Amino acid sequence: MSTIAMGHAGTEAAPAEKKGLWSWITTVDHKRIGILYGVTAFIFFLLGGLEALLIRWQLGAPDKTFLSPEAYNQLFTMHGTTMIFLGVMPLSAMFFNYFIPLQIGARDVAFPRLNAYSYWVFLFGGLVLNASFLFNAAPDMGWFAYANLTSKQFSPGLNVDFWIIGLQILGIASLAAAVNFFVTILNLRAPGMKMMRMPMFVWMSLITQVLLLLAFPIITVALVLLMLDRNFGTHFFVPSGGGDPVLWQHLFWLFGHPEVYILILPAFGVVSEILPVFSRKPLFGYAAMVFSGCFIAFLGFGVWSHHMFSTGLGPMADTVFSLGTMLIAIPTGVKIFNWIGTVWGGSIQYKTPMYFALGFVAMFIIGGLSGVMHASPPADLQQTDSYFIVAHFHYVLFGGSIFALTAGAYYWFPKMTGRMLSEGLGKVHFWLMFIGFNLTFAPMHILGLNGMPRRVYTYSAGMGFEFWNAIETAGSLILGFSFLVFIVNILKSLKSGEVATADPWHGATLEWSIPSPPQEWNFAVEPTVDGRDPLWELRRANGGTLPEPARVSGKGIHLPSPSYWPIVTAFGTAMTLVGFLMHVTLWVILAGLAITMIGIFSWAFEPADH
Amino acid sequence: MAHDTAHAMHPPTATGLDTRKLAIWTFIGSECLFFATLISNYLVYKGHSLVGPLPHEASQCMLHGEMTACEPIFEIPLVTFGTAVLLFSSFFVVLALNGAQKGNRKQLIGWLSATVVCGLFFIGMQVYEFQHFYHKGLGYTTNLFGSSFYTLTGFHGAHVTIGIIWLVTVLILALRGKLPPEKALNLELAALYWHFVDVVWIVIFPVVYLMR
Repeated sequence: MSTIAMGHAGTEAAPAEKKGLWSWITTVDHKRIGILYGVTAFIFFLLGGLEALLIRWQLGAPDKTFLSPEAYNQLFTMHGTTMIFLGVMPLSAMFFNYFIPLQIGARDVAFPRLNAYSYWVFLFGGLVLNASFLFNAAPDMGWFAYANLTSKQFSPGLNVDFWIIGLQILGIASLAAAVNFFVTILNLRAPGMKMMRMPMFVWMSLITQVLLLLAFPIITVALVLLMLDRNFGTHFFVPSGGGDPVLWQHLFWLFGHPEVYILILPAFGVVSEILPVFSRKPLFGYAAMVFSGCFIAFLGFGVWSHHMFSTGLGPMADTVFSLGTMLIAIPTGVKIFNWIGTVWGGSIQYKTPMYFALGFVAMFIIGGLSGVMHASPPADLQQTDSYFIVAHFHYVLFGGSIFALTAGAYYWFPKMTGRMLSEGLGKVHFWLMFIGFNLTFAPMHILGLNGMPRRVYTYSAGMGFEFWNAIETAGSLILGFSFLVFIVNILKSLKSGEVATADPWHGATLEWSIPSPPQEWNFAVEPTVDGRDPLWELRRANGGTLPEPARVSGKGIHLPSPSYWPIVTAFGTAMTLVGFLMHVTLWVILAGLAITMIGIFSWAFEPADH
Repeated sequence: MAHDTAHAMHPPTATGLDTRKLAIWTFIGSECLFFATLISNYLVYKGHSLVGPLPHEASQCMLHGEMTACEPIFEIPLVTFGTAVLLFSSFFVVLALNGAQKGNRKQLIGWLSATVVCGLFFIGMQVYEFQHFYHKGLGYTTNLFGSSFYTLTGFHGAHVTIGIIWLVTVLILALRGKLPPEKALNLELAALYWHFVDVVWIVIFPVVYLMR
């Protein structure tokens, strides 16, 4: 691997190390923003987990009154909304932020201040959504908010409004970030890193950004129409005015189905990084992995109505959407085949990230198979609205996304912090999570097929649901406990963990070529790339070892300056939208717009670097 | 590759495309879905209004508190003229960009001003049209036609307004002499967005106003 010098000759002082709260508020460093995303999302994730535990406690035995029906509705709605928009998506965004620039050999993302803006808008969106609890008006109509549960007539409180405005704010964060990462991946690749040499995580991230760019505008419009119905008296989804509630379902799932791939494709990417490294073999079928990812994304826009079989769209629509859905099993099967092919015959290193990655493959196969089952409309009509569906999407979202993201956390933690996590505690975490997860969600298949409905706050004794529900609640406690082990592991490691070298796992990609944690400028010299596994090639050329990279002074390296305009603009953006929350509060909207305008102009005319 | 003239913040990109330009194109791609959804919403509810007024045909509607016969809402000549003006503004901004790239200040400022004037005329036309339609009995919540029409064209108008603010910002830069040829990209980005807003109207005009 040859290297090319980059940056001005060193006449300027080295950038000072940045500390303190203000440095975090004004940071435009993709690594710090990644950590902000990670910590914030993990807190929201724990909140969503707590909501789930309350739900499980209520369902642990028949006829419990631990939760009122109203509270139960709020909790399952907020659990779903939180896990999707404030948990899994921003946890993926943590890895996008931290590792896309590192894996493509860049100093930062294409638009560092826009990146900071995305984070702050995300934070404000999450806070607005959860502020609903303070008003005792958390959203309570399910995460997909079917019309006309959401109409003013049936939902007169602020519950739906908090959901609309919260999601609208979060959507802006996602779109801004998607533009940024799309451009970053295409334009900021180091010399020699052709598209077909990019790490698989970067590929899957790129596809995810395309999905975000194309799916989020649809939900934006749907939310606007719903807000207009509630606050301005239009009838887009109100039958008495000629509106069609089913249009909401179409718009929601046109967004919602690509959204499930937005949740799982980054996880595919993470696992495709980990399996080769711990099998000491290159990824099996690289090109097939890329194209199957593209194919999944493409098909993802054409199968939304499989969420609506019970709506009664007619045999033709049902047939088309059913076949399209079954077709997705092909590229997904290709991926699973290739993951197994990667591990097959490898020299497997049984480290914690590998445990979680293998756990992901196994659990995701189960979730994928039940998914193919309800691709068939007659089967779906039996399964829809039952716990079978709850089992299915937890196997793909928890068994899939969360297992993979946890694998990623163990894999990349040394790079992000410079400390190793404990292998012992990591394996305890894995087994507790694996056992707890399966105890919680596997029995839901049985309960669902036996007719236990979703979204109902209790069940009567004698219906045959008691035994498995008790098991599930016990399982959920084990699952919750496993994350306490994870937190202890993180805290212990940060305090006194083993110091990580630059490349503790013998990784293949560029992030392992620089010190752990990386210095602010990432690469003191811009790397050039000759193949798909640049670090393995270097290691081979070097006779099996790699010298530990030295920390350098960074003198003369240009970096974007910190800025507080992103947080100001983000605040203005959120404020403008909050003005539409209750009824139209004009002064809030105008003040929000004014702050946004001031923010944008100050930002545009602020000098971008030192 | 470290030569003094290349700014360290702007190394040559992997695709050869300018990063900011690629970002605008990406954003435009996303915006296409935004307007596609709004246009779909209009089309889905076309002909589903429970009461008048209607776009192309006479109907019974509520006016000044009583049911009366209402004339069709759309009057094609005015909006055709507005469409033409917006189309020409796209041509003018190309001329302005050409001036900026050549360093021809007069051409730049003249045509950029003309672009802004066209944009303002279009917004003026839309405000007049909305008022006129309102007086003909089409309120925002009167029927599905009114709601979906005002929402679609209103969002388009908001985009035109943002475009005008952007162009005026660039115009002020040009007047202050801060738009030399090497910074012509600052105008090109605004112009790309302006073309997009224009193209969206080229879809809306036939689909909403002409299609019966």
